[in-house]
Amino acid sequence: MTIALFLEQLLNGLQFGVMLFLMAAGLTLIFGVMGLINLAHGSLYMVGAFACAVVAAWSGSFWIGLVASLAAAAAAGAIVELVVIRRLYTRDHLDQVLATFALILIFSEGTRWVFGSIPLYLDIPTLLQGTVPLPGGSRYQLYRLAIIGVGIAVAIGLYLLITQTRLGMRIRAGESDREMIGALGVDVATLYTVVFALGAALAGLAGAMVGAIQSVQVGMGEPVLILAFVVIVIGGIGSIRGALIGAVLVGVTDTMGRFLLPQAMQLFLPPSQAGLIGGAIASMLIYLLMAVVLALKPRGLFPAQA
Amino acid sequence: MKKTLGALALGLTLGLSAPAMAENVKVGMITTLSGGGAGLGIDVRDGFMLALKNAGANNIEVVTEDDARKPEIAVQLADKMIQSDQVDILTGIIWSNLAMAVVPSVVAQDKFYLSPNAGPSPLAGSQCHQNYFNVAWQNDNLHEAMGAYATKEGFAKPFIMAPNYPAGTDALTGFKRFYTGDLAGEVYTQLGQTDYAAEIAQIRASGADSIFFFLPGGMGIAFMKQYAQSDVGLPVLGPAFSFSQDILGAVGDAALGVKNSSQWNKDIDNEANKMFVETFQAEYGRLPSLYASQGYDTANLIIAAAAKADVKDADAFRAALKEADFASVRGDFKFGNNNHPIQDIYVREVVKEGEVITNKIIATAFEDHQDAYAGECGM
Amino acid sequence: MANRETIFNLAVALLLLALPIAANYAGEPFYVTLATRIAILSLAAVGLNLALGLGGLVSFGHAAFFGIGGYTAGILASHAFSGDPLIFGLPGTKQMIVIWLVAMIAGGIVAFLIGLISLRTAGVYFIMITLAFAQMIFYFAISWPAYGGEDGLPIFVRNQFPGVNTLRPLPYFLICYALLAIGLILFKLIADSRFGAALQATRQNEVRVASVGIPPYRIRLAAFVISGMFTAIAGALFADLNRFVSPSMLSWHLSGELIVLIILGGVGRLFGPVVGAAIYVLLEFWLGGITERWQFFLGLILLGVVLFARGGVVGLIAGRARHG
Repeated sequence: MTIALFLEQLLNGLQFGVMLFLMAAGLTLIFGVMGLINLAHGSLYMVGAFACAVVAAWSGSFWIGLVASLAAAAAAGAIVELVVIRRLYTRDHLDQVLATFALILIFSEGTRWVFGSIPLYLDIPTLLQGTVPLPGGSRYQLYRLAIIGVGIAVAIGLYLLITQTRLGMRIRAGESDREMIGALGVDVATLYTVVFALGAALAGLAGAMVGAIQSVQVGMGEPVLILAFVVIVIGGIGSIRGALIGAVLVGVTDTMGRFLLPQAMQLFLPPSQAGLIGGAIASMLIYLLMAVVLALKPRGLFPAQA
Repeated sequence: MKKTLGALALGLTLGLSAPAMAENVKVGMITTLSGGGAGLGIDVRDGFMLALKNAGANNIEVVTEDDARKPEIAVQLADKMIQSDQVDILTGIIWSNLAMAVVPSVVAQDKFYLSPNAGPSPLAGSQCHQNYFNVAWQNDNLHEAMGAYATKEGFAKPFIMAPNYPAGTDALTGFKRFYTGDLAGEVYTQLGQTDYAAEIAQIRASGADSIFFFLPGGMGIAFMKQYAQSDVGLPVLGPAFSFSQDILGAVGDAALGVKNSSQWNKDIDNEANKMFVETFQAEYGRLPSLYASQGYDTANLIIAAAAKADVKDADAFRAALKEADFASVRGDFKFGNNNHPIQDIYVREVVKEGEVITNKIIATAFEDHQDAYAGECGM
Repeated sequence: MANRETIFNLAVALLLLALPIAANYAGEPFYVTLATRIAILSLAAVGLNLALGLGGLVSFGHAAFFGIGGYTAGILASHAFSGDPLIFGLPGTKQMIVIWLVAMIAGGIVAFLIGLISLRTAGVYFIMITLAFAQMIFYFAISWPAYGGEDGLPIFVRNQFPGVNTLRPLPYFLICYALLAIGLILFKLIADSRFGAALQATRQNEVRVASVGIPPYRIRLAAFVISGMFTAIAGALFADLNRFVSPSMLSWHLSGELIVLIILGGVGRLFGPVVGAAIYVLLEFWLGGITERWQFFLGLILLGVVLFARGGVVGLIAGRARHG
């Protein structure tokens, strides 16, 4: 194993983490402001990917597709919030779990109804195709660098939004005291719809960007959803900063585990066995990480104030 | 018009070969029509139904239900079809784990099970059963074919990869059964994994001269897209599952040039296959996949057996099934001692025909190939 | 109010017993199988209801105990079948009673270990950490080849119970029904006991419980362990019903379904899990027979229940209870 390969894998872990952050940011924002567990966040990710694939195929441009994915996911989020979610804020987490679980079923089967069961085609734009050289002689995919870039941009954007704008001020107020901001004359209902749509748009953006290098199909949101939950729980629910750090931690742990554990096992096992056992442990690693973090810090690494 | 004539022709030949009116048969189809992997179940069902329509087989009644890819639901449906619908034959299951849940208890209740897709090794070997027929392949077959092809093509350092679950370990074992040279690496990925950056980096660093992978469904789509973007550029080998017609559209140009093994392709030159491909396109407006061809063959096997024997006479019907006296879209087809196919397996290349990405046969990996577990079967 | 609920509960209990018997004699044994499934899922959910309904511990990882129970049945039966000793030279077994005991102990030990760490957290963190533990066990089961991995493990002949032919649908249903009845009685006894009162008090006001000298952590841990034991027995029954066990019994979907059953029926209600399981299983079966889009309509119905029938179906019929 060379240093170059090690660095490349670190970069892969970072990129995976950044992708998870896009999902987790919306999830943690929605929880932080409205106190809502949204299992259907993965469905919004799927909506973004499908919108991007369909519009890109129709218009011939990935970029138009990307815009469409933001719009479609935000619209889907807003509609869901207006019709269903706003009735759930006062309920306990159990009702939220059941309602959003039902939404997953509806979104998945509804999407299949419209688009069929065959995965859709979505490729990365010509501008971002190909690889760039890395120090040490290896090459790295340009598109993955772009994902890292977008992730960092979103993180900075969210930071500015929350600390510098009026909307951000209300979001912070909503996080610390939900009843109070209503009493102060802030239109809470609209604020919630906007925050939900914003979280949905972030999920849709993640879906579209990831869809270009993965498979655009019904059910694509579920594995990511579980990982995103792991991320926000490790980071501390409601904390954007926690989500970013949690995401990178999970991304790097997962990637390095998959890469290093089978090799470590080879020290005392035949290659085929080492691959099997190393792989098995690697697949449990992030859950182990989560259990350890919560055992030491029961409210995550960066607990929100509330 | 052509379609009607074709249907008529096949109907006639079947009618002539049948000595008497075919007896009624009730078939229960349990397959995956919703959730992940529904495309495969839909193809099997559509192929099956097309065969019945083409043959004008009014004597065969089909009850279809969705298992949502969950073993518990599949078991429950099998109970319902046997106890409530009183079916004679069960078929349709796509996944090995569902087949392992359903098949042993179905055949123990003296019903027939015809597998249109899954072929787990226990059912071919130690747990084989006279009422269980596999019309597709034993799970290892296509991987073995790729191993043989890699040996023949003189690859010296393939990097091999599959998900960490029984079908995945079987795949790599199958490949290594017919490729015994050096490996650049052997990696087991997580089931359902969608990001392969870490594995691609390892492939790049491993000094491999080729890649063999088995990643069914969305996993394969994701890997191929990411691999094509990585500029590694090594030749890619795989079983047909990641390059079947239902998936190629989503992979796009990234799949071009890949060699993959299959017991069927749409360009196999025989009458039955021509008619199958033509009528499938006319009926459903898409090209058939190998899953559709397996569903089509399964239905035709039932039609042929029902023309010879009454399904209520289990011994006679079993003998009629075993004869496999039907025009398979694969050409030659016969059952081995363990009721699994003995058949040719081809190597295909992914090509572009006009705007459509599809497969073309470029070589034959095996002729009359039988699975490795037949010896463990007591039949 | 409570009186109306008692009558309703009795009616449900009688129906769940009478309908399968009638179906059996009408020559429709499949409906007996369906009722068995309802009884088993009810028992699993009764277990979860103990933690979730009484203790307010929303476990999103009860599939772990369900699956451990299932694998106990599968592994013991497979060793009895092959004759290979299990560990320390102990043989497998085909006796259901032994299997249930082992399942209970195994489920209890794992619940103790998971609870030990998880109960340090609360709220959403608890939901997610229980999910994480269940996922760990799930991935372990998928990739561990000794007992079939993802392919699962068949039980060739259903295990035995003295004096009963378990192979026939009705006797097996009656076994499951009896266990469900015992489970419900135990639930009621626990809920009305001093321990149950303390447990419910920890849900409502933790500080007050601690201030009268009862350690909430230990109460919760005990409840979580008992809850896991119930669900593990249900898992063993489920494996025997299907004559098969696989990692899908450990999947997060199953954990979610168990929660759904309880909310559907009514959280904390004695018969909530039973009513929820009956509705869910029948809906799944009935819709699945009508359309392959059944999941879409199932989603709509569940959404309707949560939005418009607060307190679940039992709450809708028997009225709002004292429970709050």
